[in-house]
Amino acid sequence: MPSLKPGSRFTSSVCTTQVIVVKGAGEVDLRCGGAPMLAAGAATDGGLPAEGASGGTLMGKRYVDPDETVEVLCTKPGDGSLGVGDALLDLKEAKPLPASD
Amino acid sequence: MLLEMAADGFGDRVALGPSDGGLTYRELYDSAGVASERFRADGGSHVAMADLSSAALPVSLFGAAWAGLPFVPLNYRLTDDELAALASRISPAIIIVDPDSPDRLTGIDGIGLLSRHGLMDLVEGAEPPEPEWDMSGEGTAIELFTSGTTGEPKAALLRHRHLVSYVLGSVEFMGAHEDEAALVSVPPYHVAGIAAILSNVYAGRRVVQLPTFDAGDWVALVRAESVTSAMVVPTMLTRIVEVLDAEGPDGPGLPTLRSLSYGGGRMPSPTILRALELLPTTAFVNAYGLTETSSTVALLGPDEHREAMASDDPVVRARLGSAGRPLPTIEVTIRDDLGDEVAVGQPGEIWVRGEQVSGEYRGSAPRLTPDGWFPTHDGGWMDADGFLHVTGRIDDVIVKGGQNVSPGEIEEVLVCHPAVADAAAIGLPDMQWGERIIAAVVLHPGASASPDELRDVVRDRLRSNRTPDHVEFVGSLPYNDTGKLLRRVLRSDLAHLGDGSTG
Repeated sequence: MPSLKPGSRFTSSVCTTQVIVVKGAGEVDLRCGGAPMLAAGAATDGGLPAEGASGGTLMGKRYVDPDETVEVLCTKPGDGSLGVGDALLDLKEAKPLPASD
Repeated sequence: MLLEMAADGFGDRVALGPSDGGLTYRELYDSAGVASERFRADGGSHVAMADLSSAALPVSLFGAAWAGLPFVPLNYRLTDDELAALASRISPAIIIVDPDSPDRLTGIDGIGLLSRHGLMDLVEGAEPPEPEWDMSGEGTAIELFTSGTTGEPKAALLRHRHLVSYVLGSVEFMGAHEDEAALVSVPPYHVAGIAAILSNVYAGRRVVQLPTFDAGDWVALVRAESVTSAMVVPTMLTRIVEVLDAEGPDGPGLPTLRSLSYGGGRMPSPTILRALELLPTTAFVNAYGLTETSSTVALLGPDEHREAMASDDPVVRARLGSAGRPLPTIEVTIRDDLGDEVAVGQPGEIWVRGEQVSGEYRGSAPRLTPDGWFPTHDGGWMDADGFLHVTGRIDDVIVKGGQNVSPGEIEEVLVCHPAVADAAAIGLPDMQWGERIIAAVVLHPGASASPDELRDVVRDRLRSNRTPDHVEFVGSLPYNDTGKLLRRVLRSDLAHLGDGSTG
């Protein structure tokens, strides 16, 4: 199980998704497309996102678990959906703010 | 990391400069990579810049981050001696300098100089290294010397995690449309100048730089580059309003400017009201923040501006002079001298907490409490709906006869008088009262008003203990170039109006 800390990067084993951890620490069963995510740079063995975890990720969006203990930022989009264990992460809606700088 | 995402997400967009022929995000990323190799090879502990805004600013800002070195924007307007003193505090370091004054920082131990052109020639067309940087966020991204109004300048320290949480919390990735452009006229050594680069890169908004502010140039550049957003300090907006007013009611206006944010000091209400009239389609944003809080922590949005302007309710109308509400990622409380929270509407010191709040200084203890609260040294109060009103630095409060008087409220009343162009209130020693209130007033050219008339205006609008004991007419008030009133200078200029007692 991958060990998370802010700043660590993970890559999907079944699509092009890459994320960077914004919040979260310790052993977390971080998945994309239903399959465990790999440390960035690791070779992927192909495959396809599992049914029910193929909603896709969006560049620059943040994804959180319901308790907001784990938060990742998508740095490369793909076809899989992010999750912890079997539970999918939610897209964290940015609060619309007017540009202040 | 932020720039890498931008280069990946929209590498062909123009990041900086004119829409035709400017530097793209991919080119900026590559340049930062090449610059990082140069900075690493130098072996210093810091990368600094003592220069005006140019393409070299984002290249060295991101290049320093890539190399894992703190970036230190220095105030190039300081005297040679002051600048040299700061440079020796960050030695060994490489400093990017203005090619027009290359000799300013020579001969300092451990300091290597690289001219703006030298840096840009170096990065032009060269292949960047493989991305490799510390991702923990603990590294220092920026060291910004505070203006040092009370003694030796302190180096406020912002870590990558502070700036990244500010950007992620307040900016939508690629949130800008391709035709958007932001005009940056605040200098690099102002936290807003750094925040502007980071936010706009992450949003994918083209940045246009105005290295030396002049209101006529600013207006011309907005028109020439179809600028859609900009950030200014209050003194800049006052000048811009004058330029637009001089063009008359049939002037071309600034139709492309969708958003204008301001901050960095108290905005005189005649200026903001006139600006709202002159730019009816522009969304105004008042942003309040400090260097130590990675820029903005509270803001008054466009609708709140127009709502306040149109309202007859004095509470709603007063919000035009407020800093709006805290960002969703920020907590704000108002506390008394003992650090206890005060009731709604009561004045006190503004305290803030959030992941973007640093409150750290190099070489001294952080000002954060163990549970993350930062006392800003700004005075203020919050209204029942959570609008934050900032009254000014606590150190500037005048204590007359045991009563605390905020200079800001007196100044606000004075500048609303039609004859008054600018005003400042300060306290000077008084044997009987501790301090007496002196109002320094600049009149509009050709206008006249008597001291008694101005004192009466304040007495009518505020309580009588706010009435200036003396009104002094002056030709101008001392400001630094980022629009901060230099009260210390004013106090010493007008010291003869006190009675010389030491309170």
